[in-house]
Amino acid sequence: MENAKRNSRALRRTLRRRKFGMFVKQVVGNRMALAGVIIIAFFILMAVFGPMIMPFDPTINGETVESKYNSPSWEHLLGTDSLGRDVLANLMSGARVSLFVGISATLITMILGTLIGIVSGYVGGFVDNLLMRVTDFFLVLPWLPFCMVLAALFDKNSIWNIILVIGLTGWSSTARIIRSQTLSVKEQQYVERTISIGAGKWHIMFRHILPNVFPLVFSEAILIISGSILTETSLAFLGLGDPSRPSWGMMLSDASSGAMSVGAWWCYIIPGACVVLVALGFTLMGYAFDEILNPKLKTR
Amino acid sequence: MVKRILKRLLFVCITIFIVITFNFFLFRLMPGDIETRLQKSTASQEVKDRIIEESGVNKPWYEQYASYLKSMFSGDLGTAYNSYDGHQRVADIIWSRIPNTVILLVCAEILAILLGMFIGVVCAYKRGRPLDTGLLSASLALYSMPTFWFAMVLIFIFCSGLGWFPASGVKTAGTAYHGMKLVADYLKHMTLPMLCMGLVMVGSYAITMRSTMIDILTEDYITTARAKGFSTRYILFKHAAPNAMLPMSTIIALNLSVVFGGAIQLETLFSWPGLGMLMYKALNARDYPVLQGCFLISTVAIILANFLMDILYGFIDPRVKD
Amino acid sequence: MKLLEVKDLHTWFHTSKGEFRAVDGVSFDLDYGECLGLVGESGCGKTTSALSISKLLPKEGYIKSGTILVDGIDYTALDEKAILSHRWKDVSMIFQGAMNAFNPVKRVGWQIAEAIVLHEGLSQADAMERAGDLFERVGIPRARIKQYPHEFSGGMKQRAMIAMALACNAKLVIGDEPTTALDVMIQAQILELLEGLRRESNMGMILITHDLSILGETCDRIAVMYAGKIAEIGTVDDIFNNAMHPYTKRLIGCFPNINADRSIPSGIPGYPPNLINPPCGCLFCPRCDCATDSCVSECPPLIRVGEKHFVACHRTEA
Repeated sequence: MENAKRNSRALRRTLRRRKFGMFVKQVVGNRMALAGVIIIAFFILMAVFGPMIMPFDPTINGETVESKYNSPSWEHLLGTDSLGRDVLANLMSGARVSLFVGISATLITMILGTLIGIVSGYVGGFVDNLLMRVTDFFLVLPWLPFCMVLAALFDKNSIWNIILVIGLTGWSSTARIIRSQTLSVKEQQYVERTISIGAGKWHIMFRHILPNVFPLVFSEAILIISGSILTETSLAFLGLGDPSRPSWGMMLSDASSGAMSVGAWWCYIIPGACVVLVALGFTLMGYAFDEILNPKLKTR
Repeated sequence: MVKRILKRLLFVCITIFIVITFNFFLFRLMPGDIETRLQKSTASQEVKDRIIEESGVNKPWYEQYASYLKSMFSGDLGTAYNSYDGHQRVADIIWSRIPNTVILLVCAEILAILLGMFIGVVCAYKRGRPLDTGLLSASLALYSMPTFWFAMVLIFIFCSGLGWFPASGVKTAGTAYHGMKLVADYLKHMTLPMLCMGLVMVGSYAITMRSTMIDILTEDYITTARAKGFSTRYILFKHAAPNAMLPMSTIIALNLSVVFGGAIQLETLFSWPGLGMLMYKALNARDYPVLQGCFLISTVAIILANFLMDILYGFIDPRVKD
Repeated sequence: MKLLEVKDLHTWFHTSKGEFRAVDGVSFDLDYGECLGLVGESGCGKTTSALSISKLLPKEGYIKSGTILVDGIDYTALDEKAILSHRWKDVSMIFQGAMNAFNPVKRVGWQIAEAIVLHEGLSQADAMERAGDLFERVGIPRARIKQYPHEFSGGMKQRAMIAMALACNAKLVIGDEPTTALDVMIQAQILELLEGLRRESNMGMILITHDLSILGETCDRIAVMYAGKIAEIGTVDDIFNNAMHPYTKRLIGCFPNINADRSIPSGIPGYPPNLINPPCGCLFCPRCDCATDSCVSECPPLIRVGEKHFVACHRTEA
């Protein structure tokens, strides 16, 4: 008995490793996916190691008036901003904040969306109807005004409030997508068999349906990260960022009031370009993963 | 057809009612009590007293809800904490600002839809070739841009750099144009924000149109049309595109809330006096009645726009029945 | 002069694994007013041959070599623009599964009229009138020209497709499995209709199917295809009563004879060959039960065995 269990576990592990190997090979072969992965890898490295190797502390203001708005030079590779702070240093620490907020908010969105989607799709009936009405309601609320209103109600702009706000406003489209996938998985025969041997609802939903819905969940999540980072940037631009943890959005907000009129383009063109690249990287990855993992979408 | 429209209309009314109720309970979560909130206000004491009285601060919640509903249905959205352009009633403030936003958004959406659909068709037709890859990459890049940043770049190029367009406001300061000259001045100020909003949306529409068209071009009726001897251009525009309009119209409806979010950012950056800029100012001043009113109006507007799209869909897809 | 002459047609497809030889040396012809049945298993190249005539191949397909003469005009020499004026006017098609052959958002009458407007320059109103006439000819109430495809039943859609194929009085109509998706009763009606229309207007027809049994009534001659080549071609009598190619014999054997004793129909063991870099020699020989050494090494040419009867098999004598 023990031997059989150990063998089946080992078999599953080998299968998983092999599937993962195939997946990696397909990613490398797909140009979009590869481009996305490279871009994101670059920024993650920047976020993790950048602040450690930077000689400048991003939070220390410049000494003199002359140190403000310096254009890029050998000393300050990307110039200085309105308070004489080094732009490149800010960029690196901003990467940490933006990526952290984006990924955390996405976790909230995905957990909420997947839970509601699977339960709604699998249980069906009254519960499904109710959950879908609620989802449709949230779909119809305009996201930025809703975020602004929630943020206003929170009074303080802490980073956790922002993450919560972004997470709570984006789950509805995910829930709809997961629900329709659940509906098609539900129809498959092995689910019927599992029910007939007496498995409970929660067991089926999480041991059987979730693993099959997972590829979709994964590629959705990547696309949502892209959206969350853009949302965080927009919110920070509108003054709803955490001042103690400056992100790229806050750099841009700062620049829009000062640097733009002075013509200090390095203060906003570059941080903005970073946001675009990161969002683009995740979007490319998300679309390409969807193509790879979703058998129906293979390029014709 | 009529039955379907009436059913949808009923649904819309119920949704709006739920939004109104939601709005009420949401704003009961406002921090502090009314006196603290009014501390930041720049209004006179008389107005402040009126606000305190209107809010019914000592009445139980269901009485407040009842009076809230009553004022909603008579079009009264309360009194603002601050005054904007001399208006103190929230309804007046919003009413004076809406036209600017609507004009900007409608023009931008039309630009985005037409251009996006055209690019999508071209990409699908030349699929796999350099033109497709180039346009698709550009669309993906536009889709990944924060609206306000794109605006900053455009301002940098066209205002600070080339000086072609003004960077803010609705009319040139210190002028008093009338008639056509006023319209021309207005349009000159609108060009940059409209272009910005339009181009950001183009990315999303082009990508969707492209994949829709690729799907459609594999359908049997396209082969039939080819067999009849029609040119590719005819087939693309007379057979394929009308079918692509169906999913596109759904996407357009879904995008409306994103479009409004973009409007808020753009109006703030370009000092365009519309609903978006109003929300931004109200947020900074923590002017809750105005925030509440704007949120309600924008949500209702989106619900109504979706409803119109729904009716339109019934006209363009003959398979939709009662 | 014949209505259609296909001479040594080779239609290949570009694939990532090599060139797929869908049609590899096919020759046949068709007289005015004659009906030819083209039969074979899925993937044998019948549809591709038909699509090649009007050059309706998908992007990856191309005519590698061969000539196609329709009404004396060499279609293979025409470029994409030049062939547009011949499509539907000289050669029209009835597609498999009319379910999706109509554009769901346009009225059926309009879809018929547009071809008339294009090729004959009639006004929209006149063209719609003609569409109405065509509907009556195929047995659909005239008023239905204003309806949409989803309002038609399966059989009615097929009739509408036939009406559409006749819109410009084409000399050659190619029916690609026109009755496959229909139930037997409707099948019979449709075939009868096609027969009647053909004799009325003396148009040439090619009927493509994998169902031999429907060809007996409607066709004059039958061509049996296998793996991109013609195995046997002859009159209906030749094929049904005097089949010579081993494949044809087994194909006929797959259909039980209602008059004979009861027995289980025999299938054909094995699978069709891979058409990317196919082996030389006869492509049927792995599944043939009377193959010889020469079958493996040499590809058999079409040999005449009767007045209109040709077979591609080494085992037959001329």
